[in-house]
Amino acid sequence: MTTDTMNGTGRTTGRGIGLAAVRGLALALLSLPGAVLCFCLSLVSIALIPIGVGIVTTPYVLTGVRAFANARRVLAAEWGGVRIPPAYRPLPKDANPWARTFGMLRDPATWRDLRWLPVDMTAGFVTALLPAVLLFYPLEGFAIAAGLWRVLDGADGYWYGFVRVHDQSSAFGAGALALVLLFFAHFLTPRLLGVHFRLTRAVLGGDQRELAERVRVLTETRRDAVDASAAELRRIERDLHDGAQARLVAVGMDLGTIEALLDKDPEQAKKLIAQARASSVEALTELRELVRGIHPPVLAERGLGDAVRALALRLPVATEVSVDLPGRAEAPVESAAYFAVSEVLTNAVKHSGADRIWVDLHRADGMLRATVTDNGKGGAVIGAGSGLAGVERRLGTFDGVLAVSSPAGGPTMVTVEIPCA
Amino acid sequence: MRVVLAEDLFLLRDGLVRLLQAHGFEIAAAVETGPELAAALAELDPDVAVVDVRLPPTQTDEGLQCALEARRKRPGLPVLVLSQHVEQLYARELLADGTGGVGYLLKNRVFDAEQFVDAVRRVADGGTAMDPQVIQQLLARRSGDDRPLARLTPREREVLELMAQGRSNAAIAGKLVVTERAIAKHTANIFAKLGLEVSDDDNRRVLAVLAYLDHGR
Repeated sequence: MTTDTMNGTGRTTGRGIGLAAVRGLALALLSLPGAVLCFCLSLVSIALIPIGVGIVTTPYVLTGVRAFANARRVLAAEWGGVRIPPAYRPLPKDANPWARTFGMLRDPATWRDLRWLPVDMTAGFVTALLPAVLLFYPLEGFAIAAGLWRVLDGADGYWYGFVRVHDQSSAFGAGALALVLLFFAHFLTPRLLGVHFRLTRAVLGGDQRELAERVRVLTETRRDAVDASAAELRRIERDLHDGAQARLVAVGMDLGTIEALLDKDPEQAKKLIAQARASSVEALTELRELVRGIHPPVLAERGLGDAVRALALRLPVATEVSVDLPGRAEAPVESAAYFAVSEVLTNAVKHSGADRIWVDLHRADGMLRATVTDNGKGGAVIGAGSGLAGVERRLGTFDGVLAVSSPAGGPTMVTVEIPCA
Repeated sequence: MRVVLAEDLFLLRDGLVRLLQAHGFEIAAAVETGPELAAALAELDPDVAVVDVRLPPTQTDEGLQCALEARRKRPGLPVLVLSQHVEQLYARELLADGTGGVGYLLKNRVFDAEQFVDAVRRVADGGTAMDPQVIQQLLARRSGDDRPLARLTPREREVLELMAQGRSNAAIAGKLVVTERAIAKHTANIFAKLGLEVSDDDNRRVLAVLAYLDHGR
């Protein structure tokens, strides 16, 4: 049993070496002409851009380069288990050649491809060819030892490696060298192919660390966003269920009773009508508060600036609002900024002890910036469970940031920044 | 009395038309969009306009903007603005020109037909009808740091609230079940404590109180 397994392993390794060598050979034969062709065409096409021809040809050439690079990505994943994620920017479908050419040339991934091609046709070619050479050269050595030397023997013998083959004994020497080479091939062949794929990844792959970090942040903020919206929906459901819905049921019941009492006891019916009306007013009040929490009406009607002004007018602390917002930002950004400012203001009113608050809203350089300053006692921190931590988490979904400057003794300045187009 | 009515929800528009007609108003036009409202206000020269803040096509504050624009063209044009929510910000804009003939009420105030119709009449006569919620917000905001307001007795505060809503002495007396003379005494006290100039004109009196509450003047 044990022997069988060992034999099995041996055979597998043997096949593994053979496979690696064949794949290496295929890669070498593919990479050298492919890379040289792609590289030359790209250089020529880009060089021809000033005279116009390049504008038409470049998108096709670069698409070819991408196809070549993608084929190598597939091979790296299937043969070497090395994943090289492509990171090309999407191109508009109906773009004209000009837009396509310059869209592609502006993509850093294009330049990475072009840098990779010379590496692939040199170091890539060598690392792909070596596994094949390491396996097939020893095979030639064995053939020489077996008698091939007679055919190859010339005037001053045949050089196999550093052995001059001119008779059977030197042919056995070549065979011995072949055996040593094969011994190394056993260890090196699969590893060399691995080196080839890792080399490809090092040059062709994007900055993996940066991407990995971005993915981690996105995963985290997405989870926060989903959690927050689920909690929000639960809250809305509960408020509707216990509030407006219950009150409307009460109104319906009152109306039923009124119908029955109308003739028998008009006085009592009148009382119930007043009660039903009061219930419906309360239901409306609750709905109004709920709507304000979901999307404040002023925000929908007037945009961020006036919504924050209206909010400031409701605060018990004198609040000055200055707004410099050309046009309106996207609705989700406005909403995020509004609720962030609202939470920061609530915090300031509750905890700072301030008697004046200043809010400044402005938009510049693709950033929506809100600054809330109060003259309170300071000491605000973004800690676990504080309102500010919640604000920071929700801003994360928009790649927004929250900065707090709050020395003990005040003043406190909270800045919210959200990227917006 | 001729009314131009602007409300985009059919059920509400229909209900308001019937309510106003039942109380002897003539509906000059009942429209549902901002541009229609602007045209109706310019052409029909109504005695009063009842306008929903949010109107198509933008579904923003189109109704309010139309009303403000019409009042700029014809100062004092009586406008009663209705909304699902009240904001001091909007109230301030409506009151800014200081001419009166302005109303700003929550939509559910129409539940009480008598009071609503009374508000429409008051506005049409150049008076003021501010929603109790606006006044409460103003009072809540100012009571923290305002000494004169803190010196008012609870009864005077109650009178101040009703007065700020735009009610006359007679109406306040009716509501609080006291004589009109008692209310007159209260209002004199309030004006003295707040340092406001006493005026016989009901309307100017209301505007002075609102301005005081809004800006502390």
